[in-house]
Amino acid sequence: MKEKPDVLQGTLALMVLKTLDVLGAQHGYGIARRIEQISGDLLAVNQGTLYPLLLRLEHEGSIASEWGASENNRRARFYRLTATGRKQLQAEARDWEQTAAIIARFFKVKAEDLL
Amino acid sequence: MRFLRRFFRRLSNLARGLNGDQRLREEMAEHLALQTEANLRAGMTPTEARRQAAIKLGATEAVREYHHAEQSLPFVENLVSDLRYAARSLFRSPGFALVAIATIALGIGATTAIYSVIDATLLHPLSYPQPEELVRIHDDLPGVGAKDVGMSIPELQDMQNSGIFEYVSMYGFGSANLTGAAQPARIAFRPVTPAYFAVLGVAPQLGRTFDPKDRTLGFNLEVVLSDGLWKRAFGADPHIFGKTLRLDNDVYHIVGVMPPGFRDQGQSNEERGTELWAAAGFAGDPAPPPMRSSRRALATMARLKPGLSMAAAQQHLDALVDSLKKQYPEEYPAKAAWTVSLIGLSETMVGNIRPSLILLFGAVATVLLISCVNVANLLLARASRRGREIAVRQALGATRSRLVRQLLTESLLLFILGGLTGLAILFSGRRFLLQFIPDSLPRLNDISISWGVLAFALIVSVAAGTIFGLAPAWLASRLDLTSTLRQEGRGSHGSQGRSRLRRVLVISELAFSLVLMVAAGLLLRSFWDLFQVQLGFNPSHVMAVQTWLPIPNDPTTDIYGTVAQESGLMREILRRNRTLPGVQEAAIGDLAALPLGHGRNDLNLVPLIREGLEARRDQVPRIDTAIVSPEYFHLLGMTLLRGRLFNDQDVADTPPIAVVNEAAARSYWPGEEPMGKRIRMGDTKPVWVTIEGVIADAHTESLADASIPQIYLSVYQRHSNDVTIFLRGQLDPAAIPAQVRTQVQSIDAELPVFRAQTLDDVLTSSLAVRRFSMELVASFAATALLLAGLGIYGTISYLVNEQTREIAIRLALGAQRSAILKMVLGQGLGMAAIGAGAGLAGALVVSHLMAGLLFGVSPTDLPTFAAVTVVLTSVALAASYIPALRAMRLDPIKTLHAE
Repeated sequence: MKEKPDVLQGTLALMVLKTLDVLGAQHGYGIARRIEQISGDLLAVNQGTLYPLLLRLEHEGSIASEWGASENNRRARFYRLTATGRKQLQAEARDWEQTAAIIARFFKVKAEDLL
Repeated sequence: MRFLRRFFRRLSNLARGLNGDQRLREEMAEHLALQTEANLRAGMTPTEARRQAAIKLGATEAVREYHHAEQSLPFVENLVSDLRYAARSLFRSPGFALVAIATIALGIGATTAIYSVIDATLLHPLSYPQPEELVRIHDDLPGVGAKDVGMSIPELQDMQNSGIFEYVSMYGFGSANLTGAAQPARIAFRPVTPAYFAVLGVAPQLGRTFDPKDRTLGFNLEVVLSDGLWKRAFGADPHIFGKTLRLDNDVYHIVGVMPPGFRDQGQSNEERGTELWAAAGFAGDPAPPPMRSSRRALATMARLKPGLSMAAAQQHLDALVDSLKKQYPEEYPAKAAWTVSLIGLSETMVGNIRPSLILLFGAVATVLLISCVNVANLLLARASRRGREIAVRQALGATRSRLVRQLLTESLLLFILGGLTGLAILFSGRRFLLQFIPDSLPRLNDISISWGVLAFALIVSVAAGTIFGLAPAWLASRLDLTSTLRQEGRGSHGSQGRSRLRRVLVISELAFSLVLMVAAGLLLRSFWDLFQVQLGFNPSHVMAVQTWLPIPNDPTTDIYGTVAQESGLMREILRRNRTLPGVQEAAIGDLAALPLGHGRNDLNLVPLIREGLEARRDQVPRIDTAIVSPEYFHLLGMTLLRGRLFNDQDVADTPPIAVVNEAAARSYWPGEEPMGKRIRMGDTKPVWVTIEGVIADAHTESLADASIPQIYLSVYQRHSNDVTIFLRGQLDPAAIPAQVRTQVQSIDAELPVFRAQTLDDVLTSSLAVRRFSMELVASFAATALLLAGLGIYGTISYLVNEQTREIAIRLALGAQRSAILKMVLGQGLGMAAIGAGAGLAGALVVSHLMAGLLFGVSPTDLPTFAAVTVVLTSVALAASYIPALRAMRLDPIKTLHAE
């Protein structure tokens, strides 16, 4: 099976981490909805792919999970950011901003600037 | 790093059987439920709500599979499940598994056994550090047809100073009397120049070896012991250093003991068993003074300077020889064409055993090949029975490569199990098997199952499993789905390729076994011919017992130093031994007179100077010489052709005479009568010996060759230190050694008596290596024939099975039963014919390659080839007969109904 490109994976992970950072503990469905709300229709992600990612992040120690009750009193698994996860989020956010800034500069550049 | 961490996580997941799949499923179900609820709230119908939720979530199975693949190692997982499946399916057909594993075990076990012999003899014959640096220095006089003439002491010094070698050493081999213990013992003894152990590069376990810089002219009176002698004669005394022992009546100091595993280098087994080394410069008593022209009957070996290749060393050596020839034109006349050449020491050890071992390996490799082919055949047959299973798997979506991989896993498992079984049998039976290996196989290392041998067995198993598993797996996976499923796996299209392959496999088996059988047949005939050879002497009821007259370092103290002194002893020995129970005749000879019992070595040859033909003793032909008492010829039944034999009146002060064999007469006096010719035997004293008799050629030197020139001299006219006592009569081989010892030691209590053997035993052991390889090749050939028979039986049965319907229809339509029998037998015969044809062609090639191992039979020996072909054909016919009979007795009605 072909691995998905790391960029997309990394981006999705970053989104998950940021969502948890902003909103606190959330269950999977909640995270999916937030991402959908914020990105709107621009990001057509199969929501199913979120779950393997959550599992992986938990394996890596960036997030932790525990049982809790959802809004309508269903038993659900709630994810929250750990200290490692927060550090990772900061580092990745920095990286992301840097990358974005570099790319932005490339787009700004006009032919005459390089002469 | 990251990759590694991921790998270990996957590995641990795999090991713990953990992959979070359960959790993933729960979470997604949860997600689905929540989304459905949300949709319902948005006003969708329940069905629509669930549908939209599912669409939004995406393909959950794909996600799960992806996750699974990411979290574990699919290759290993597949392998494990394939292995588990393979093991289960082998368990389900234990008959097949047992036969296949036994066949592979036979092939791999036998191949590994022979490989372990080759590993110890051909591949690692020397057990010294950097064995590739060790060389024998050979010098020849091709101009006068003399080989390996030995070097003189000044020449040895030239070699030492040449800068080509790290160390150079000269060495001899012989006996010495160790006295002082309860019994005077004869010790296998090597006089060596002091650099001997420096050349070998082996350190002693106790004390020291000789100082390579020692310049003592004669013996330096220091000895080094073997571990065996140290334990046996000195009770493993740890304070042995500096103690003395008496050797040939001289007192020596013990300076060192070699380590337990040390075996000496050498061409014969006796040499390799040397137990005592004494250092000498060979330039003073008891050796003659060092002159350039006086070549010593000693061998020379050396260790090359590190990093110097053999070819480069030989070049330097050639240059040195050229300059020496210019410097001493008198000593090295152009006519003699003195040359010095280097040969790897391991080469000289292995010697003439190489072709036999290569033949054995070829034979056993053929057996392995045939057993692998047989297993491939079994795998094919099994695949055809499993057609339905494979078709179902394919119908369920297994790709072809996946199927091949699974089938290959199965065959690999089979081959590895077979290989391990073979190894296990070999390992548990190694003691039993080792006793069949003749002692005369040259080796310093013990034959054992070393890591190299283990690796060999495993590599062979895996390689064979891959090669012979691939084709059946490939063919089995090529199925026509619909027809296989419809016909329940019988008579499908895919099986056509399979039955063709099976035919090819059986034909190749037949061909290979024919080649092996021809090889075995030719060896058998050679052996038989050798066994039946007209020896020219009569070995039955003869025993030979040896003694050794010491050579003291001071010639004036030698009580047997003159021929007259020695003659007295010989006559007394003969007189006393004639009185022993059962003895009818007694004679005396030197070691060279013991037929077939002395290692033939060019260094034992003596220069032959013919009157009027040669002037200088260092540029003359060399000849085998035996020193015997007058009774010798009669005792051994050798035939006098012309002139006379020795008699008791030929003594020290009468003119010396000689007897030659016909081969010597032919070689050295072609077209002339040798009787009355005078010769000298390379003595320092110019004594002419007159030839007075010619005897018929006999196989005393070699069973394969009767025409090796021989000169016999009388023991009453010529001195010898090695003495063999020959006795003929109704002897008790168990009692004779003690009886002879009593008689000899009642004359001189210091004389050792050793190695009593019957000539029949000597004869048998001289054939040991030949017998060993002949018996092995013959048993390999028998195995091959058996396997080929099984192969053809299996294939014909399979073909009959495939054709059941056809045969039934034929019978129903009125075909004669005998016609059916003929048809099936014809198929077997056809395969046998093609196999025999291919095999005969191969056998012709192989038999020419092994021509050197044959005796008295030509490589294209018609009877052998014909007999082998007949045997093979009848085995093929017999093996086809059973399935043919089954085909003939087929009940057409039942068969067609069952279909």
